[in-house]
Amino acid sequence: MSKAQSFTDRLWDFFCSLKLAIVTLILLALTSVIGTVIEQNLAPQEYMQKYGMSQSTYKTLDALQFFDMYHSYWFLSLMGLFAVNLICCSIKRLPRIIKTVRNPVLVADDGLFRTFSNKEEIVTKGSVESVRDKLVARLGKKFASPVVTEQDGKVYLFAQKGAFSRFGVYVTHSSILIIFLGAMIGNVWGFKAYVNIVEGKAVNQVWARGGQQPIPLDFAVRCDNFEVTFYEGGRPKEFSSDLVVLENGREVLKKTIEVNDPLSYKGLTFYQSSYGPAGDPVYQFRVRNRATGETADVMGQQGRHLPLPGGAALIPMGYAESYQNFGPAAQVSLDSGDHKHGTPFIVFQNYPQFDEKRGGEFAVTLLGVQQSYYTGLQVAKDPGVWVVWLGCLLMVLGSCSAFFLSHRRIWVSIQPLEKGIGVKLGGAAHRNQPGFTLYFDELTKDFDDALSS
Amino acid sequence: MNSSLLFNITTIAYFAAMVVFIVYLTGSSKVVGLVATLICWVGFVANTAAIGMRWYEAYAMGYEQAPLSNLYESVVFFAWAILMIYLLFDLKYQQRAIGAFVLPFAFGGMIWAQWSLDATIQPLVPALQSNWLTYHVFTCFIGYAAFAMACGVSIMYLIKAGKEEKSAEQSPAGGLLGLFPSVKVLDDLNYKAIMVGFPMLTLGIITGAAWANYAWGTYWSWDPKETWSLIVWFIYAAFLHARFTRGWVGKRAAWLSIFGFAATIFCYLGVNLVLSGLHSYGGS
Ligand code: HEM
Repeated sequence: MSKAQSFTDRLWDFFCSLKLAIVTLILLALTSVIGTVIEQNLAPQEYMQKYGMSQSTYKTLDALQFFDMYHSYWFLSLMGLFAVNLICCSIKRLPRIIKTVRNPVLVADDGLFRTFSNKEEIVTKGSVESVRDKLVARLGKKFASPVVTEQDGKVYLFAQKGAFSRFGVYVTHSSILIIFLGAMIGNVWGFKAYVNIVEGKAVNQVWARGGQQPIPLDFAVRCDNFEVTFYEGGRPKEFSSDLVVLENGREVLKKTIEVNDPLSYKGLTFYQSSYGPAGDPVYQFRVRNRATGETADVMGQQGRHLPLPGGAALIPMGYAESYQNFGPAAQVSLDSGDHKHGTPFIVFQNYPQFDEKRGGEFAVTLLGVQQSYYTGLQVAKDPGVWVVWLGCLLMVLGSCSAFFLSHRRIWVSIQPLEKGIGVKLGGAAHRNQPGFTLYFDELTKDFDDALSS
Repeated sequence: MNSSLLFNITTIAYFAAMVVFIVYLTGSSKVVGLVATLICWVGFVANTAAIGMRWYEAYAMGYEQAPLSNLYESVVFFAWAILMIYLLFDLKYQQRAIGAFVLPFAFGGMIWAQWSLDATIQPLVPALQSNWLTYHVFTCFIGYAAFAMACGVSIMYLIKAGKEEKSAEQSPAGGLLGLFPSVKVLDDLNYKAIMVGFPMLTLGIITGAAWANYAWGTYWSWDPKETWSLIVWFIYAAFLHARFTRGWVGKRAAWLSIFGFAATIFCYLGVNLVLSGLHSYGGS
C-alpha cells in the first residue's frame, strides 16, 4: 500500500518538476530541427530522388514518421507531456501563491526580519502611537495603505503592492494551454480546402486539401472577374477577384479580394491564392476579301473552322500575349473550302495592314483574343482561431507582468525601547531586487525625515 | 543626400565606434569611452535617416512599402535595432566596455550588406504587401538585437570569469579587464537583455502567425522559418526557467545565451540560405 503511494507520489513529482520542463523544451527544440532539414510531406519517389535515399532508408524514416513529423505520435506526445507538465506544476504551486497573496504575514517578528535583504532600524522620539500615525500616513502616501496590527504593546504595519503580478506566470502558462486548445478546436471542427472558380461561374462546394470528397456549402460564391496587374519590370503587383456571395440566388455580399485581403462569410474565409487560364481562348478577326473588298467579322474558339462568306474558313491555331515585341498575335490558317489547313501564318492586333502584304484571297486582322481565367482560392474554416488569439494576448500580458512587475512588500514594527521608540523596516520584492533596493533606501530616508520632523 | 550615402556614413561610424571602443579597453580614459558612444549616436542617427530616406525613395518610385522588403533592407534594419538596444542599455547602465563586444555585430551586418547584398529597391510581390510585414519584422528584429546584446555580454563574461579563475591567487583582474563590468553585472545584463528579447520574439512569432492567418488562412504551417523561430523561442524559454528555478547563472547561462544567439542567426540567415520555404525572401 505504502509502496503504491510512494510510486504515485514519485510520478506526481516527476510531472511537476521543472527539470522535466527544461528537458522537454530542449527536446522539442532539437527534434523540431528534423522537419526543417527533411522537407515534409513529399511523395516517396521525391524523397528517394531528392535525398538519394535507398528504399530501406526511406522505409525506416517513414516508420519513424519523419516525413510528417509535426503530426507524428512521438512529437504530439512530447507536446502533450509539455502540457501535462505545465498543468501539474501550476496545480502544485498555485495554492501556495494564493495563500501568500490572500493571507500575508502581517506581523514580522525578529526571525522574519533576519531573512530580509532590505532592512533598516531607526530610533526616534515620541510615543508608539505618534510614530505609528506618522508612518501609516507616510506609507499610505508613498507606497500603499498598510494593515495595522497591535500586539503586546508593539505595533506592526504591513503594506504590499503588485500582488497580482504573482499570477503573471500562471497567465503565461495557461495561455500556452489555451493556444493548444484553440489548435485542437481548429483541427476537429475546422478544415482547409481550396476551390477554383471560372470567371462568371458560381460554386457551392469546395475540396478539402488531401481529400477526395467535396465539402458542400449552404451558399454559393461567384467570381465576376479576375484580374492580375504587373509592375513595369514584369513582377506581379496584385491578383484580385471580384467575388459575390449568393444565398438562394440572391446576392448578399460583394467583395474584391486580393492576396492579404480575404473574404469572410459564415465562418468561412476565402483567400486569393492562384489563378490560371480557363478553357480555350476566344478569337475575333476581321477578314477582307481582297477581290471583292467585302469584309466580315468572325469569332470563335481555337481549332474551330470559322466560316467566311463564300465557303472558305479561318482556323485560329494559337495565341501569344506579345510576339517578338509586336504585341498580341495569333497564328491562323485558311481552309479554302476543302476542309484542309493551309500554311499557317501570323496576324497582329496592332498592325492591321501587315497581312495585306501576304497576298492570297483574304487579308486577316486580329481584333482581339479573350482568355477567361479561373481564380484559385484557399478556403479555411477555423473556429479555434479566436481561442488561439486569446491565448496569444494572455501570453503577452502574462509575460509582461511576469517580467516587468513585481510583488513588493514592506513590513514595519514599532516598539518602545529604553532610549525612545525603535522602528524596524523590512522589505522584499519577488523580482528586480536591485531596483527594489534603490526604492527601499529612498523610502527609509523619507521615513527618517518624517520621523525627525 | 541619398540613402546609399547615409548607409555608407553609418557603416563608417560603426567601424570607428568599434575601433574607439577597443582603444578604450586598452587605455582607461573616460573621454575615449564617451567619444566612442558619441560616434555610436552619430551612426545611429545616420542609420535612422538612411532607412527613412530609403522609405521615401521607394515611395517616390511608386512603391508603397516599408523598407523591410528584402535581405539588404532587413540587415541594415538589424544593425539599427542592435544600436537601439545597445544605446538604451548604455543610457541605463553606462558600461562602456560592452560597446567593444556589441558594435562588431552591427558593423559586420552593415559591411556585409554594403559589400555583397543587392541594394536595388524592388517592389513587393503580392504576398508581402501587408502592414503585418512591418509589425512582424520590427518585433522579430528588436528581439534578435536584444539576443545579440546578450551574446556580446556573455562573451565578455566568459573572458572575464576565465581570467579571474586563473589569477584567483593574485590580485583581481586589472588592466584590460579592469574596464569590464564585474561578472555580477555582466551576468545580470545577459539576463536583462534576454528579458527584453524574449517578449519581443514572442510578439514577433504572434504577429507572424496573425499575418499568415490573414494571408493564407493558416496561422501555423511548420515551415522551416516558423519552426526555427519556435526553436529559438524554446531555447530562451529553457534559459529563463533554468535561471529562475534551477539557478543556472554565470558560465552556464553565458554559454546558453551564446548558443541561443547562434540559433537566432541560423533562424535569420541560415534558413534562407541553407533551407527552403515560404520565407525565402532574400534567398538566392
Ligand atoms: C515555452 C513555454 C513556457 C513559457 C513561455 C513560460 C514562461 C514563463 C515565464 C514568463 C515565467 C516567469 C519567469 C519569471 O519568474 O520571471 C515562467 C516561470 C516559471 N515557469 Fe514557465 N513557461 C513555459 C513553460 C513552462 C513549463 C512547461 C513549466 C513546467 C513545469 C514551467 C514552469 C515554470 C515555473 C515553475 C516558473 C517559476 C514560477 C515562479 O517564479 O513562481 N514553465 N515561465
